[in-house]
Formats: sequence, C-alpha cells, structure tokens
Amino acid sequence: MKEELFVSGRNIPNIDPYLNIWHWQIPLYLFLGGLAAGIIFFAGYFVVRGKEKEMPATVKWAPIIAPIILVIGLIALFWDLKHKLYFWQLYTTIRFTSPMSWGAWTLMAITPFSIIWVASYMKEMVPGWNWKYKILIGYDILLNKYRKSFAWVMMILAIILGVYTGILLSAFNARPLWNTSILGPLFLVSGFSTGLATTMWVSKDEKERKILSRIDLVFIAVELFLIVHLFMGFMAGTAVKTEAFQLFLGGPFTVSFWVFVVLLGLIFPATLETLELWGYHVPKWIPPVLILFGGLMFRFVMVEAGQITRFLY
Amino acid sequence: MRYAMAIDTKKCVGCGDCVVACQTENNVPHGYCRDWIVESVEGTYPNLDLEFRSERCNHCDNAPCVRCCPTGASHIAEGGIVLVTHNECIGCGACIESCPYDARYPHPDGYVDKCTFCIHRVEKGQNPACVDVCPTKCLHFGDLDDPNSEVSLALKDRKWKVLAPEAGTKPQLYFLT
Repeated sequence: MKEELFVSGRNIPNIDPYLNIWHWQIPLYLFLGGLAAGIIFFAGYFVVRGKEKEMPATVKWAPIIAPIILVIGLIALFWDLKHKLYFWQLYTTIRFTSPMSWGAWTLMAITPFSIIWVASYMKEMVPGWNWKYKILIGYDILLNKYRKSFAWVMMILAIILGVYTGILLSAFNARPLWNTSILGPLFLVSGFSTGLATTMWVSKDEKERKILSRIDLVFIAVELFLIVHLFMGFMAGTAVKTEAFQLFLGGPFTVSFWVFVVLLGLIFPATLETLELWGYHVPKWIPPVLILFGGLMFRFVMVEAGQITRFLY
Repeated sequence: MRYAMAIDTKKCVGCGDCVVACQTENNVPHGYCRDWIVESVEGTYPNLDLEFRSERCNHCDNAPCVRCCPTGASHIAEGGIVLVTHNECIGCGACIESCPYDARYPHPDGYVDKCTFCIHRVEKGQNPACVDVCPTKCLHFGDLDDPNSEVSLALKDRKWKVLAPEAGTKPQLYFLT
C-alpha cells in the first residue's frame, strides 16, 4: 500500500486535488471547431466534384453557419484565457511544437475565408443581391473564376482544423487519457460527422439528404472503429493508461461515455439514418440532434476525464 | 551550465520551512505555492517506509510546458532554468495541462507562475531561498557541470531517483534515497 499526502497544506484552486484548469469553454470550442470543419470540408468537396447544383444546402446554405460558430468558438476560447489582454501574443510567433499555436493561426485563416465563401454565394442565395462597391464585384468575379482552387484551400484548412481539435489534447503526455495519436483522426471524423448532421438538418432536398446520410453512416462507422481502437490501446497500455481507462469502465464517466456518446450519439442515430434510407419515415431533425449531442458530450467527457488522469509516482 | 537540485529524503523532516521561505521570498499569493511537501508512506503497519519530499518545478531538460506554450512565454533560460515571461503569457493553461508534476498554477493576476529556482538570487551567486532556509540542510543546489558543486557532490556518493522518469521529461530534481 502506498499513500501520498501534501503535508505543507497545498490546495491550489483548480489544480488540487485533481486538475480542472479547462472548463466548459474548451470542449465547446473543440465541438464548434470540428463542426465548422465538417461543414466547410463537404462544401468544398462537392464544389471540387462539380456538384454545386445537386447539393445547394451543402455548398451554399450550411456554410453560413460555419463563420458564426467559429466566432462563438473563438469567443469561448478568449473567455477561457486568464491573461486576456495579452491574447495578441499568439500572433507574434509561430511555434510548431505547440498545437495551440498553429491552431490559432489556422483559425485566423479559416474564419475570414469562411466568411468570404458565404459572401461569394450571396448573389445566388439572395435574388437581386448586388455588391455596392466595384472592388467587391471584382473580387466576386475572381472568386467565381477560381472557385475550385478556393474549395481545395478550404478543404485542406478544414482537415487541419478538424485534426487540430484532437491533437490539441493528444500533445499533452502528462495526461495519459489524451496522450494517444488516435485522438487526431477520431476528433476529425467526429467533427466531420457533426458537420454532415448539421448540413442534413439544413437541407430541404430529399436526394441531397440521402447522399449526406450515406456519407455520415460511413463516418459514424469509422468513428466507432476508432473508439474501439482507442480503448484497445488503453487496455494494452502501461499502468497510467489502464488507470485512465478505468474512468470509462466502472469509473465516474462510464454512463456519460457509453450511454450518451456511444449509444445515443452514434449507434442510435446511425440506426435511424439506416431506417430512413430503407424508406421508413424518421423526423428529419432527430438524427442530427442526436449526433450533435453525442459530439458535444464526447468532447466534454474527454476534456473532463483527461484532466483527472495523471502519471503515478 | 546546468542548474539542478538534490533533495535528501532521509534528512527531510517535512517541516515546511522551504515552502514558507519561497512564499515570502517570491511574494506568492495567499492560497498558492511554488513548492510543497509530500509525505509518502509505503507498506502496511508495522512495516512502514516513510519518505518526505520537498517538491517544486523539475526544470526539465525536455520540458513539455515549453513545448506546448503557444507564445513562447515559457522558455528555458541560461542554466536550464524554466521560466515564464509574464507579459507574453496569455493564461491559456496549456503548460499546466502539460506538466506531469502539477508544478504550475494560474497566478491571480492572470499569468502562469511557478518555481524559478530563485533565479534573482542565483544570478547574485546565492542559493534559492528554500535551500538557504532548510534547517536540516537537506536541499543541495548548484551546477551539475561543475564536479565540485554542492549538488554534484551530493549526487556522487548517494543513490537517487527522479519523479516519473517514464514521462520522458528529464527532470532536474534529484531525490536522494
């Protein structure tokens, strides 16, 4: 038996007895970032494939949500900073070893780009829309000419943003639950799935929704596959990893993870989407709401649980 | 030059003088601390093994806090001392998450704070405050590159361990056992 005590009265707020430095702002931001990445990626994807006409909601309407949630996410991030007035220091340097640094730069690029994306479709979305200034008309023409190249840039930025939401956590080797390289692809896939769900919700076209639903099913399957791999890695891992895994296997996060994330957030909506594809009527808002709920829960669970896990000495 | 500290766990009685000295010397806000004492008991009664450890930032050679810092506020100064530049720190908490020793804390003024090995004293040729005040002389500070420094001599004839070596951080606090 081993017992360790602080005998000098150490009890630092948010650090002792266990770490809780990152609160609701971080998982909310990770969720919104992944969601925006998903929306942007598929908007770009269908432009590159030349399917703008068949997929109006994916390419034109859903992307309106992206800059809005990105800004909300950025506000959440800013809220979480404890030395707020120095936030600009992020943009005085690029530090490649710090995911937070290149993530901040990616956000700096993708947020204005997503606004430009929406603006470039204003003429098609709003009948009679006209840009007031000549320079804007010029940009509009230029963008429409190089639409596909722009779509490629957006797709790549979306992948970086989606992966970054996972790597942000996996870079911390002090937190065994986070310190696994599978978190990058897992958060990417989960983010893309929530993006697809939102787009499905926005779409009014039956055919478009079916295409999105099929893609989403693949993403949910991959996500489940990656979750199985995540836990296989923990089970076969060192003491700190198996200890971390216990939080989900009888520990305080068992129900929130297996019931809310896996069952209600992945398996149940996947079943409903399959039924819908088979021709059964399912209210169109139910699968997306479940997927979004699952995605949000997943990030809350990972951020909260990860902070509890630690090295044992 | 490579500053390090050796802590004699056989001599430490857990009095907490080092903690008070640090709080006074560095004006550490009430309710926080840059160093602390762990009492570790192993075994079952009556076969118990007791160890006192005066812990603080490990000033790691491979410091994850420096790696994770998005602005470069966390950096390695001369002699391997890990420091935080207050007006470059945005208080994002990445370094706190990255430290396997939980050696950092958010200062009420916003920036992240931690042990500096009392660099302001070391630069003048003095020891860190915790070392000077220790009544059992169980803390040894100095330059590892100098074979005659107090820390080198303390490590020469004794068995020692570092905390969580498997974290790969190459910590520079050596616990004499």
